[in-house]
Amino acid sequence: MTMPAIKAEATAVAIPTASPTSAAPVVMMTPKPAPRAEKYIKMGKETAARVVPPLIVLALLMMFWELVCRRTGSTLPPPSRVFKDTKELIFDPFFDNGGIDKGLFWHLSASLQRVAYGYSIAAIVGIALGTLVGQSVWAMRGLDPLFQVLRTIPPLAWLPLSLAAFRDGQPSAIFVIFITSVWPIIINTAVGIRNIPQDYRNVAAVVQLNPLEFFSKIMIPAAAPYIFTGLRIGIGLSWLAIVAAEMLIGGVGIGFFIWDAWNSSHISEIILALFYVGIIGFVLDRLIAGVAKIVTRGTALN
Amino acid sequence: MQAYLKLDHIDKTFTRGNATTEVLKDISLTIEKGEYVSIIGHSGCGKSTLLNIVAGLNGATNGGVLLENREVNSPGPDRAVVFQNHSLLPWLTVYENVKLGVDKVFSSTKSRAERDAWVMHNLNLVQMAHAKDKRPSEISGGMKQRVGIARALAMEPKVLLLDEPFGALDALTRAHLQDSVMALHQKLGNTILMITHDVDEAVLLSDRIVMMTNGPSARIGEVLEVPLARPRKRLELATNPGYLKCRQRVLEFLYERHRFVEAA
Repeated sequence: MTMPAIKAEATAVAIPTASPTSAAPVVMMTPKPAPRAEKYIKMGKETAARVVPPLIVLALLMMFWELVCRRTGSTLPPPSRVFKDTKELIFDPFFDNGGIDKGLFWHLSASLQRVAYGYSIAAIVGIALGTLVGQSVWAMRGLDPLFQVLRTIPPLAWLPLSLAAFRDGQPSAIFVIFITSVWPIIINTAVGIRNIPQDYRNVAAVVQLNPLEFFSKIMIPAAAPYIFTGLRIGIGLSWLAIVAAEMLIGGVGIGFFIWDAWNSSHISEIILALFYVGIIGFVLDRLIAGVAKIVTRGTALN
Repeated sequence: MQAYLKLDHIDKTFTRGNATTEVLKDISLTIEKGEYVSIIGHSGCGKSTLLNIVAGLNGATNGGVLLENREVNSPGPDRAVVFQNHSLLPWLTVYENVKLGVDKVFSSTKSRAERDAWVMHNLNLVQMAHAKDKRPSEISGGMKQRVGIARALAMEPKVLLLDEPFGALDALTRAHLQDSVMALHQKLGNTILMITHDVDEAVLLSDRIVMMTNGPSARIGEVLEVPLARPRKRLELATNPGYLKCRQRVLEFLYERHRFVEAA
């Protein structure tokens, strides 16, 4: 969405209406102060200070890209070409012509769905195993070496094996997401559990919490900052893995969309897809960070 | 004489690999119901270890703890602890911190509304009801310790264990909190066992002061009765001969006969 807007700003060609998002209006408010509220001016200035520098950098990069790729014989399209080629995909993400000929929304939602399944399972299993490993010395001695070896296996190396096991693309992709994102969750949870101050354990002992209450009332909140670090790394890794996995399993999904675009030499579509993948990865990360901020309020401070 | 709380020939040895350290040696002590007993000693003499053994957080190597003639060897709300560093759970509000214990102890004997009222009653006792919705990070050190005391009191312990409860506070806050604890003891008649390294605090608050020798193998060196009438007033005591005499005795014990030797 921002890409065309930036382009319009940078090269000043056409489509002035194509910039519904971006903070352009806020930025423009700054030079002429409304007499009504100084608060808004201040807010505008703060937003501008955060939004303007990346916009400038982006505009410069776009200009550079445009200049480099404009020459005849260049292997990659310049931004203006990308926009022209993918206009339909950008403005109509919801079409569905059956099969894999669908709008980007459907591809992205298919990918996100797989990530949601795989990642949810990874979060539950990861926190459970991490708790076990963090709490029990014997579980740690037994399992930790195993985890340390398994976690170094690249996500895609699991795919053929899971295809052999599940004989279907969908569960295989979900499994790859799961196996990729579970390790950082396990390891961080275990560290968090191990670092629970003895004081809290003493409090729990004096109050005589049972193991279940201890888990929900002491362990999880005390280890929450660590757990969320793991969850954040995990969501990033699952988003990395899904694109690669989908390239191989085919069907609907942003990974396959990219692969299909490559096979049909639609380079502009690849660039558009990469843009979406980046934005969604960023949003997912922010989402987990936001949840972490709400859940762990107070825990970090003491 | 029926002892309420009895420490019976307690030894404690820590073993790490091949090295064993005897921390406590043959500690015996009886405490009456409603009595306020302080244990004083130099740092490292094992007085916190002793408190942890009474609390059930550590096991004794030999000997044991009897509460109302029944052996206790695991932690429980009948021996609630006020920890030195308050140990409030930072993700819970003041109210929820106190409620954690109340909900467990009175789960079958009090209704939800009664438990709520009981939490507020105890917060009122330590004058912290106004901060019930604040988190520990939002209140001062002295306030945190007040909440810690409320949490312990709310469990209606048979013995209240105070582990250097005022150690981390500045002098003025400490004096203020000591007065509060004295008032609570007067009002509720709790049996209290307190660890301290502050001579004035020990004399001001206690009925008896247990002085420990230096470790390793720390023993009870001397037990001093403090024959001062209650309620005690900090300012009046400053010139009271009985108070000064007790203070003198403790100081002599700590700084002449059992001077703290820096471990070389």
